[in-house]
Amino acid sequence: MFPTPIERTKPSTQRLYKIALPISIIIWLLPLLAVALTSIRSGVDINSGNYWGMPTSINFFENYTAVFTDSPLGYYILNSFKITIPTVIGAIVLSSLTGFALGVYRFKLNLLVFFLFVAGNFIPYQILMVPVRDLSLSLGLYNSVWGLVAFHIAFQTGFCTFFMRNFIRALPFELIEAARVEGVSEFKIFWYVVVPLMRPAMAALSVLIFTFIWNDYFWALVLTQGADSMPITAGLNSLNGQWIANQHLVSAGSIIAALPPVLMFFLMQKHFIAGLTLGAVK
Amino acid sequence: MYSFWKNNQLKLSPWIFLAPGIFMFSLYVIFPIFQSIGLSFYQWDGLGEKTYIGVENYIELLDDEYFFISLKNNVIWLVLYILAIPAGLFAALFLNQTVRGIRIYKSLFFFPFVISQVVVGLVFSWFYDPSNGLLNVVLEGFGFNPVAILAEEDYATYGIIAAGLWPQTAYCMILYLTGLNSVDPEQIEAGRIDNARGWKMLWYVILPQLKPATFIAVVVTVIGALRSFDLISIMTAGGPWGSSRVLAYYMYEKAFSEYGFRMGYSAAIAVVLLAIMMVYIGLILYRLYRDEKGY
Repeated sequence: MFPTPIERTKPSTQRLYKIALPISIIIWLLPLLAVALTSIRSGVDINSGNYWGMPTSINFFENYTAVFTDSPLGYYILNSFKITIPTVIGAIVLSSLTGFALGVYRFKLNLLVFFLFVAGNFIPYQILMVPVRDLSLSLGLYNSVWGLVAFHIAFQTGFCTFFMRNFIRALPFELIEAARVEGVSEFKIFWYVVVPLMRPAMAALSVLIFTFIWNDYFWALVLTQGADSMPITAGLNSLNGQWIANQHLVSAGSIIAALPPVLMFFLMQKHFIAGLTLGAVK
Repeated sequence: MYSFWKNNQLKLSPWIFLAPGIFMFSLYVIFPIFQSIGLSFYQWDGLGEKTYIGVENYIELLDDEYFFISLKNNVIWLVLYILAIPAGLFAALFLNQTVRGIRIYKSLFFFPFVISQVVVGLVFSWFYDPSNGLLNVVLEGFGFNPVAILAEEDYATYGIIAAGLWPQTAYCMILYLTGLNSVDPEQIEAGRIDNARGWKMLWYVILPQLKPATFIAVVVTVIGALRSFDLISIMTAGGPWGSSRVLAYYMYEKAFSEYGFRMGYSAAIAVVLLAIMMVYIGLILYRLYRDEKGY
């Protein structure tokens, strides 16, 4: 264990550490705390420039309901779910298949296909914007939830394939060989032998992809217009443009936008971290 | 028919499993890369006819002051974003203890990475706000004049990068925390017996064992720096006067904003960004290839 475990140090160091911990975390999260505090201030405070003094009143319920009644924020949230959930399912399904193919079979082009997925996943995706917008327009998917879903599934398949393939490589190969000797078909091996073992990888990827897609802003900007299909990230930005003197409301909106991925992280922390570290660092 | 399948099942199966993934990935990622490269030789407003103009877009790039500002900013992003790696390492070392409630502290420290960059951007714009922002309230408290960081040509990019370092440091911290878990305790004990302490221990015993974590941290940080777009769009929209643009943002402006609808020119910028990225992708693939040969 490095650095030296704190319980083996001098009592004064131990005390210092226990004081330093909460202080550092408060400083680290100061920008967020500021937003949380602003989100319960009244419009009067904001207009009179009282950002940091004592709030004249606590408007928690007023502000958080106003965000839903006075703006399409509810729609945006709904759109975000409509985009995120199908993407998670689609990317997991596709990458289970590709990961299985690349992880289990030895064929000539295996490594080439694998590298294609990895390389594609690492590009700065902005370079795809003109062709992808064109493609979406010609498929009639521009400015629709499904246009975003289709692109996100395709792009995330790169990363997910990388993850799934490495995960499957680490499984005991004897299981598959034993099934083959028994004459079990390849599809049944996939479905009955490998898929049940892939559950941890699927869980890790689901949480991760959920967060990535929920937080996507660029593709929402490129592939949508208006409130019909806009997710919360792009929606929040347009609200910020409209509500110049209403920082308390934009703050409340920001907190709401941040909640789903934060909850996801806290509930599925172990899986989330397994995904982020690419399963490579154990 | 049946016997053909039976004889060739092992050869055909991988391609059947791969088909849907390859189809989607080619349609939305691989082909568009080549379409972008092709488009960079054309003049096109996105609606009418495309006109072939050879390398004129690239020649124009060489004369475009804003292109070079964006390129320079990309380099600044790359260099400063790397700071997230040592910062994350020290945060991880600070938190790598087993005191009560440490798990909560670790999770809270990780918080900034989970929330959207749009929220991070908004939060930091307010933080920097010259009249009411927390930063200037504090500065005034110490007797300094307020600075409008995002409105100053010289500071805007740095202000945005600082905002970007917040989540990125959190990401690197998690990578190192996980890495520290697998550091071999016997080697540390051996190091202690040999009287290695503090920095020496970190440099000679711990860091070599954290190599896989460092590799991933470098990969995701470099990619994060080259993909930077959201924060710029939210915090300054490339301004003031184009001084905080990066290539990814500039090409978006050229293609889709009121500045442009110049798809070919935008594609030429994309090719430059891709060329920079290919160096890193090449290195990553080389390393993967080396690892694979071990099989």
